[in-house]
Amino acid sequence: MGAESFFFYLFGVIVLAGALGVVVMSNPVYSAISLVLCFFALAGEYVLLHAHFVAAAQVLVYAGAIMVLFLFVIMLMNPTPADAREAGGSALLGWLLGGLFFAAIFVALITARLPGSLPVRSEVSGYFGSVEQIGAELFTRYLWPFETAGVILLVGIVGVVVLARLHRKEG
Amino acid sequence: MSWLPELQHYVLLATALFFIGLIGVLTRRNAIVIFMSIELMLNAANLCFVAFSRYLGSPVGHLFSFMVMVVAACEVAVGLAIIVLIFRERRSVNVDDVNIMRW
Amino acid sequence: MHSVSYLQYIPLFPLLGALLCAVLGPRLKPAAVGALATVMVGASFAVSVAAFFEVRSGHQALQTVLYTWNALGGLTVDVGFLFDQLSAVMALVVTGVSTLIHLYSIGYIAHDRSPWRFFSYLNLFVFSMALLILGNNLLVMFVGWEGVGLCSYLLIGFWYDGWMKEPGGQRGMANSVAGMKAFVVNRIGDFGFLLAIFLIVVTFLPKVADGRVLDFAVLRALMEGGIPSGIGLGIITTICLLLFVGATGKSAQLPLYVWLPDAMAGPTPVSALIHAATMVTAGVYMVARMSFFYIQSPTAQLVVAGVGAATALFAATIGLVQRDIKKVLAYSTVSQLGYMFIGVGMCAYSAGVFHLTTHAFFKALLFLGAGSVIHGMHEEQDIYRMGGLKKYMPLTYWTFLVATIAIAGIWPFAGFFSKDEILWQAFNYHNEVFPEAGRVIWAVGLTGALLTAFYMFRLVALTFWGPERFHEVLHGKHPHESPWTMTLPLTVLAVLSFGAGWLAMPHIWGPNLFHHWLEPAVAALPPVGGHHSGPGLEWGLMILSMGIAGLGIASAMGFYRQDAPLPTRMKAAFPGLYRVLYQKYYVDELYDTAVIRPLVSVSRGFLWKFFDVNVIDGTVNGLASAVRLCGMALRRLQTGLVHTYAYFIVLGALAFVFYVMMMLSKGL
Repeated sequence: MGAESFFFYLFGVIVLAGALGVVVMSNPVYSAISLVLCFFALAGEYVLLHAHFVAAAQVLVYAGAIMVLFLFVIMLMNPTPADAREAGGSALLGWLLGGLFFAAIFVALITARLPGSLPVRSEVSGYFGSVEQIGAELFTRYLWPFETAGVILLVGIVGVVVLARLHRKEG
Repeated sequence: MSWLPELQHYVLLATALFFIGLIGVLTRRNAIVIFMSIELMLNAANLCFVAFSRYLGSPVGHLFSFMVMVVAACEVAVGLAIIVLIFRERRSVNVDDVNIMRW
Repeated sequence: MHSVSYLQYIPLFPLLGALLCAVLGPRLKPAAVGALATVMVGASFAVSVAAFFEVRSGHQALQTVLYTWNALGGLTVDVGFLFDQLSAVMALVVTGVSTLIHLYSIGYIAHDRSPWRFFSYLNLFVFSMALLILGNNLLVMFVGWEGVGLCSYLLIGFWYDGWMKEPGGQRGMANSVAGMKAFVVNRIGDFGFLLAIFLIVVTFLPKVADGRVLDFAVLRALMEGGIPSGIGLGIITTICLLLFVGATGKSAQLPLYVWLPDAMAGPTPVSALIHAATMVTAGVYMVARMSFFYIQSPTAQLVVAGVGAATALFAATIGLVQRDIKKVLAYSTVSQLGYMFIGVGMCAYSAGVFHLTTHAFFKALLFLGAGSVIHGMHEEQDIYRMGGLKKYMPLTYWTFLVATIAIAGIWPFAGFFSKDEILWQAFNYHNEVFPEAGRVIWAVGLTGALLTAFYMFRLVALTFWGPERFHEVLHGKHPHESPWTMTLPLTVLAVLSFGAGWLAMPHIWGPNLFHHWLEPAVAALPPVGGHHSGPGLEWGLMILSMGIAGLGIASAMGFYRQDAPLPTRMKAAFPGLYRVLYQKYYVDELYDTAVIRPLVSVSRGFLWKFFDVNVIDGTVNGLASAVRLCGMALRRLQTGLVHTYAYFIVLGALAFVFYVMMMLSKGL
């Protein structure tokens, strides 16, 4: 087992453990912490996949900004740690449906004959996935989606401001 | 099957991540936790994008995951704002308490 | 057939006029609206004249095909116009008389609430009429046919909040009801026309390569050498009779004439234009246009001519005793239309269409004169309250007299030539089914001529001659002559009523120009050998019919001279007969009892109370409650809970995944 395989399985286990933590912890603060863990491990997987830019963005945007936002909101609301109604009657149905979904994809992956074989690993240059390459793509060929992303962010900001302002008026 | 990770390993990992996120959405009642679970599912998709990008040798998947992150950031910002509003209105973040969408 | 590019302007000018009057009219002065409408129709007349000269010099029909209207299942219909010799006569008469009547209307309608509405309808009518007579196929003709019906309805009910005045002074039928009556009765005829069109399509479509089976030229070419093989005479006769059902509706023949007398509810220029000169002759035109069918079917000829003769006599007898000046003229119109149908029924198309033309002149003149009288008499229409108007309205009187002599059939006025030609043709007509038909119809026509002369001079005597009986109506005022816009058309029409007859001289005197002109456009019966009689007989018949007309005139003058006691004595001697005639043979009452009441009670009792309420409303309400039930059931899915929605999303995604997997396992 080489280093790459080792890290793949290591990070994979951490990702799944973190994710499970998010779902099973009853206290949202623990869930959030466990989500940070999961995101960091995912960033590790990205590095293994030569996606250095995405890995950096994952850490900065997800594990940094978004998680801070989550924690802020949790702090703001100071919710009761355990809700008595947390496990509803439909939880079983949820597990059933989710399990079916997983099983379907799993079976598909194991048995399905995709048209043409799955691509196998090949060596890529160090340029692949670097900030330089992604930047060049974003500012040339994918400029339009990039600008659109900016607009989406702007709309998000405006939306949040409006939501907050509306509330103040009512108050 | 060698231990060296191939594309299907990554896809399998992504599927498992998605599955866990799905279970979270379907079984939890806390709106914030549901949101986190949605983030898990989005990240599962991202992982798929990046993995396919790596094995096809094209950087487009990276760009896609970048876009997903942008949308996720917006979604979290707006969604959390709404959750805060709901909390101020009802003193609760339990989604079962919010059913005014009913006809 | 010569293609030109300007025929569409004949209908388009009046259409434009109708739109302009409707849109701009309310902002313009009444005289300006009238002038606009008149100019538009005048322009249409000018185009018709130009087209007429082109036909005359080129000796061939003109055609303008604008575009293909529809092409469905092998059937192709163009929007196209045909200007042959027959259309030329109709177009000149229609646009020419229309122009005069528009001019007349400027003065007549000046003080109305909404002259623009009047002129807009009137222009719309000219547009529809132009479509009717210029359409190069049956469907365009049918559009015009329906259009004139609509305009007729709109104009009869022009004063929609008014009532007709009975001679006694009490309220008669509401104008709007009269309009509806005209429309509904016309619809019955139109139904026959439509069936005829369907039958033509079904019968002839297999024989036409490019699907233009409704084109007159195509149909005529098909019928050129007799009935095409594989088609029975019965079918042709059926087509002819169905077409004639349409004609009886539009042209007010038995049994569908009942709407025309009530159509007098409309303004008098409308009665002159639509219900005397032009629209009601559409049926005659249609029979002449479809002449290639009618010459093949002796039965259809017999029916058309027979109905025409019966109507001519029947309506004339009613006209004898009416007291309303316009009602007398209305029954006269019905009667004269009967003469036209005698003509076209016996395949004497030039005679029928010529009577149509002269009738358009003198009957329009009579109505306009009547309008002038009514105008001068401050809306009084009862001829028993007139008398002695000659002194006050000289121009109206003299022109009216010209028209009266013309319709009575006195040489050398126009009516003599046209009516005599019809009677002469009737005398010589030979029908295989009923060989004596010609003589019978001739005798009926001659009797009708006697009655016509009588009732027309009765009208003149009561209106213009004799003692003045109007003082109690006018309260000391005097009737007055009308302005020049009204008298100028009278004069022009009087000249035409006097002189138009020379266009169709009896053949013993000279060339029948009209007949030669029309010859290329209508089919002709093969000549029957040895049947035409000598000039001596024709002279004799001519003198006989003159004598008959003179007899009618003389007796009318004797009867109604200076309030002679004779009419009153006659009335007292035959009270039953008088009442039957005055009540128009109780036909309206008969229709009311036999048709309308049963229909209404069935509609009310079964169609409404049972069928509509239970079946139709039941279906509608049932559907609504079914939808509501489904909604009640589906509403339970909308819990308002986020989780429920999430479950459904997952279910959908799952179904999609399974679908993709199934496809993949099949190897796509």
